Amino acid sequence: MPVKGKFVGRSVPRLEDRPLLTGQGRFAGDISFPGQWHMRIVRSPMAHGRLQSIDAKAALALPGVHAIWTHADIADIPPIGFRLTGLVQLEAYRQTALAQLYVRYVGEPVAAVFAADPYVAEDAADLVEIDIAPLPVILDAAGQPGPFDEHHDTETSVIEKKSGDIDAAFRVAETVVALDLAIGRHSGVPMETRGAIARYDEANDVLEMHGAAKVPHWNRDRLALMLGRHPDKVQLYEGHVGGGFGIRGEMYPEDVLVCAAALKFRKPIKWIEDRREHLIAANHSRQQRHRIKAAIDKNGRILGIDDEFFHDNGAYMRTHAATVPDLAAAMLPGPYRIPAYRARAHIRLTNKTPCGTYRSPGRYESTFVRERLIDAIAAKTGIDAIEIRRRNLIDKSAMPYSLGFSTLGTDIVYDSGDYAKLMDRLLEAADWQNMRGALARRRAAGEKAGAGFAMFVEKSGLGPYDKVRVEVDPGGTVEVITGVASIGQGVETAMAQICAETLGVDYTCINVVHGQTDRIDKGMGAFASRVTVMCGEATRMASVKLRDAMLGAAAELMQTSPDLLDIVGDEIVRTDGPATTMKLAALATARPDAMTAEAEFKSSHMVYPYGAHVVQLRLDTETGAVEIERYLVAFDIGKAVNPILVEGQIIGGLAQGLGGALFEEFTYTDSGDPLAVTFADYLMPTASEVPAVETFLSEDAPSPLNTYGFKGAGEGGITPVGAAIASAIDDALQHPGVVTQLPITPWRIRALLRTQ
Amino acid sequence: MSEKTAITLNINGRDHSIKTEPRRTLVDAIREDCGQTGTHIGCEHGICGACTVIVNGEPVRSCLMFAVQADGARIRTVEGLAQGDKLHPMQQAFMDHHGLQCGFCTPGFLMLAVSVLEREPNIGDDDLIDVLSSNLCRCTGYQNIIKAVRAAAKEMRKR
Repeated sequence: MPVKGKFVGRSVPRLEDRPLLTGQGRFAGDISFPGQWHMRIVRSPMAHGRLQSIDAKAALALPGVHAIWTHADIADIPPIGFRLTGLVQLEAYRQTALAQLYVRYVGEPVAAVFAADPYVAEDAADLVEIDIAPLPVILDAAGQPGPFDEHHDTETSVIEKKSGDIDAAFRVAETVVALDLAIGRHSGVPMETRGAIARYDEANDVLEMHGAAKVPHWNRDRLALMLGRHPDKVQLYEGHVGGGFGIRGEMYPEDVLVCAAALKFRKPIKWIEDRREHLIAANHSRQQRHRIKAAIDKNGRILGIDDEFFHDNGAYMRTHAATVPDLAAAMLPGPYRIPAYRARAHIRLTNKTPCGTYRSPGRYESTFVRERLIDAIAAKTGIDAIEIRRRNLIDKSAMPYSLGFSTLGTDIVYDSGDYAKLMDRLLEAADWQNMRGALARRRAAGEKAGAGFAMFVEKSGLGPYDKVRVEVDPGGTVEVITGVASIGQGVETAMAQICAETLGVDYTCINVVHGQTDRIDKGMGAFASRVTVMCGEATRMASVKLRDAMLGAAAELMQTSPDLLDIVGDEIVRTDGPATTMKLAALATARPDAMTAEAEFKSSHMVYPYGAHVVQLRLDTETGAVEIERYLVAFDIGKAVNPILVEGQIIGGLAQGLGGALFEEFTYTDSGDPLAVTFADYLMPTASEVPAVETFLSEDAPSPLNTYGFKGAGEGGITPVGAAIASAIDDALQHPGVVTQLPITPWRIRALLRTQ
Repeated sequence: MSEKTAITLNINGRDHSIKTEPRRTLVDAIREDCGQTGTHIGCEHGICGACTVIVNGEPVRSCLMFAVQADGARIRTVEGLAQGDKLHPMQQAFMDHHGLQCGFCTPGFLMLAVSVLEREPNIGDDDLIDVLSSNLCRCTGYQNIIKAVRAAAKEMRKR
């Protein structure tokens, strides 16, 4: 392990915690302005139909109701655009803020009620009468393509990733292994629902939106464009955010509506989503069906992988456009050498809630598919699955390793990694051979118990840039002003640690600013496990510049040379003996010109952490429940800024991965009515379901693409959970390949047990 | 909608006299009428527990109780845990063990754990995990919450 710094590499307590522990948080629901109106959305009760009429007379007659909008009131506002992977052919499928002519999923916004009180707004929404002529409902994304409605086809586009000669690989293959696998529909479901509060500051002609998250600058620029305002005249403010996970903070119809209404009515407009709305209206994710085959030689070496898959994107293309299927196709190869590869993703529409990203987008899906395939190769060849992995892993000496295609505008080049070493370390920690032996004995005694293993490569640190300004005010307080966002992951602490390490001050004296568009002109936000890598390096660069400037100015005032000075805590000290010191506050007062520095870190490549999971579990043959007995995670982070926060990310991600593997699923009736509309239907893991996790963090492969070697921590806990659990259930049932679908709910386990 | 009733909510030892519709939930009254926004709303159907407060010594989902039902009751919320600058042992333990990330579910977990340990200071580990399964957290995977509550239980027993 590399030498720890004074702050970087240490599990220091978080700066964020105190207000959150004492009830002083500022979440969206906590923000109110005098005279505000409350918005309530009237949503489509039908999965597909033609809007015949909307009758709002009774609703408008209710005391306290100020206005009701339908599409006609916002007809001049364009549909919401694409933030990532925005293919031109997808533009016809964008969503408008309120439904125009058709409704295409249950939960689609049809009208907006504005009232003095949220209870009254909800009463009024119930009184709005919508007449819809039903149309046929499409729910299967993997069937034959066809018309979605009068203007659109179900197949929006097909994207392809390929390298090598796939046909030749299958021509010379000794054996071909083929699988048909499905991943269920689930989502991030943060504990705080969405919320947005818009306010028009007439004195300064500025539109403000509070409750922003994740990507405030992009949303600011896009809202300005949609509403015909200069970006300087729209400002977004992030408060506390109750969980991100990909879903929160993207631009949604409701964000556009509160902003447009604040401008129109000159009143603050507050919208807080309820949980039922969240489960049917905020982005879903994950649902895919893969038909995959591998060409292998007689030694179990992979010659080629050919995957055709169907991505169920729901009824519209939202801000992520083709991001999730693109990442699924691009990251499917994982840690293995695949000499020939082809993936074709069919991006399909259905009459369900539109989709976006959810933590480890595309990789949770394709890691399940790839690791199922590796297990199937082992079963077909009779070679142990660990040995199959070993034979196909990319060797350390091959780094940096290019896959030969790109995603998110970057060529995929694994920057560093020693996959075999990490695999061996985890197998040793698990005592894999003995674990397997003990499980075999338990099975011989009648138990259904098994172990599973899965490996993965993650991506993180997406550029193209991050900009940071570090300032010291005349009171001596250091401020790090960033363009990123905080969704609960500890960004303030991590950036303060990096700044403190470089500058010499204590990390607790540093105030980290994020998510405020009026504090810095541009920013990329918080997604794709990018913040520590990109903003961390920018923070380091700006801190180096500031330190040089401060020591230079102090040297003049203290009549010495800058190399004989250091910053320790809140003062400048001499390193050559004399006890003369100068407080930072005094320096800031004397030389304000030297107390600010700015830096921008640019990167055109992502960085790729990697890991492996081992799970041991037993099945309850009566109830179909899965009891997890042991769970181990090995993850190479490159360099950890704060190990306890990294572990927190891993275990938290793992819990969500378990949810997607065992419990969580958005299901629909044949008529497209959503069945998971409360927390009694959408089952998330509780403290009883999440096991104690043994984590093994390593720093074997620091990234060569930034100074510290950082890689992202946000997603390594979740990526291979479905794959590892499926493998362990196969083992428990001694039936290789029996799990073909996630989630593996108790009733699916019961069905599998009946077929044994 | 309907007539308002005058009620008094005693929150953290202070009386708040408000007028409220009978249908108004306790959590809305605490947050909107009494200005104590530390108690959060996560689902409004009694499952996630983000709105847990202590009413007359019992942990309560304040989204499932009407404000009028709490007239005259003694209510404790997260704002009442710390003594000035000194955090309650439960708050301190959550900080020490990284028992929170986004912090949205945290007030509910704090109030649930405090009320249970006040009533049952020597609660067994299985029962403790069973109780903590009443509330949902989406960030931490619960392990650090469990560690924090175990540590706070030790601290609270000393007092």
